[in-house]
Amino acid sequence: MNFLFYLGQYFLFIRKVFAKPEKYSIYYRQTIKEIDKLGLNSVPIVIIISIFMGAVITLQTRYNLENPLIPLYLIGLTARDTMLLEFSSTMVGLILAGKVGSNIASEIGSMRITEQIDALEIMGVNSSSFLVLPKIMATALFNPILTLISMIMGIWGGWLAVLATGALPSNDYLYGIQYAFVPFYITYSLLKTIVFAFVITTVSAFMGYHVQGGSLEVGRASTKAVVYSSVWILFFNVLLTQLMLS
Amino acid sequence: MIEAIHVSKSFGDKKVLNDISVLFEAGKTNLIIGQSGSGKTVLLKSLVGLHSIDEGQIIYGCKSIYNELDFKEKKALRMQIGMLFQGGALFDSSTVEENIIFPMDMFTQMSDSDKRDRANFCLKRVHLENVNHLYPAEISGGMQKRVAIARAIALNPKYLFCDEPNSGLDPKTSIVIDNLIKEITEEYGITTIINTHDMNSVMEIGEKIVFIYNGEIAWEGSRKDILHADNKVLNDFVFASNLAKQVKLQSQLA
Repeated sequence: MNFLFYLGQYFLFIRKVFAKPEKYSIYYRQTIKEIDKLGLNSVPIVIIISIFMGAVITLQTRYNLENPLIPLYLIGLTARDTMLLEFSSTMVGLILAGKVGSNIASEIGSMRITEQIDALEIMGVNSSSFLVLPKIMATALFNPILTLISMIMGIWGGWLAVLATGALPSNDYLYGIQYAFVPFYITYSLLKTIVFAFVITTVSAFMGYHVQGGSLEVGRASTKAVVYSSVWILFFNVLLTQLMLS
Repeated sequence: MIEAIHVSKSFGDKKVLNDISVLFEAGKTNLIIGQSGSGKTVLLKSLVGLHSIDEGQIIYGCKSIYNELDFKEKKALRMQIGMLFQGGALFDSSTVEENIIFPMDMFTQMSDSDKRDRANFCLKRVHLENVNHLYPAEISGGMQKRVAIARAIALNPKYLFCDEPNSGLDPKTSIVIDNLIKEITEEYGITTIINTHDMNSVMEIGEKIVFIYNGEIAWEGSRKDILHADNKVLNDFVFASNLAKQVKLQSQLA
């Protein structure tokens, strides 16, 4: 029953979030600010994680490949497809659920307990829309770019590992990453990213918006935001994979 | 004027407001007083629409906000309301000037220079200068309250609500804030409702005083009447303060 109650509350919240904005120019300005705060600030962590994950995927595939009949270029192909299909969308989604999700929940939660949200409501501003819609727009627009950056950096990281360790000839890796390329994998990955961006932003904002109490509750809401966003990301990952790749 | 008619409000099984009927007059500083937990803040937030009420009506001017106002009218009414929150409720991520400009940004078509001029005017009105580009965390609590007043009057409100405006302030700053609220109320003919348990404020600016006890109105009157009221719970509250005792003593000697 509790689950249904919160689900209903979540959908009512979403309905308020997508109400007509009071003034488009303000929302546009807020969206640009959020792109900077939630998107551009996430670029370094995405680059670092993607390079190392690309390197590890390449090395692990190489060291687990004992059969001499399997061509070495398949290691490049494996690294590429792992990055395109799963890592750059889902893993980066989970990482952003931690970084961006906790940021959103704690920001909105703090605004709630310090009555800043009440101040917005008193002024006649639709606080849920004003605070959340620009974040949804920002992440839905910028997270696909983060995913593309992650794909490029991951594949590049794999190549760096090949060059640094000599685990396989560089040419084999470069041939592998171009072999049997399926462009739809990128579309699939980007679509997943947009859904994940929506999940991260709305779930975290919902948790923050409904905080009651003090700073302890803001901390709890922040933790819940990360946990619930991650679970929903995993659920939608399975759902979208079945829908789009079956 | 604002009127509450038979207003009741419960949270779960606990009845916080019980059949409250009161009239707050325009151009006056109306004070709601009472002990912590008596229902003052709930009444204030119900009056302003932040809490929905279970029973009764709240009238602004001559219209009930729950029954007689459509969505657009409610929105228009919101723009006529300014509120000063207990902690100031300034937007942390915006500068002082951006905080004051925010309601103008949202609801007016004023040019950027007009908005800046208006913000400067409001800051001057609350005796603040050269703080435009500071963030709320960079100014003192008293200055934050004054910025919050400046933001509340930015759109020339008809109604001003103040939730414990003196909490956390030293007595001198409290008097500055009280006088500022009173001056602004008289200057613009605003209906001001202040929620407080500070007897200093009661003696300084209380033109109409409503005493809440256990969610009910236990007494109402002016600051002159309060010292001579024949009401035990009110007297227990009022004369817990040495200031009130001294004022009463002085008035008797005079």
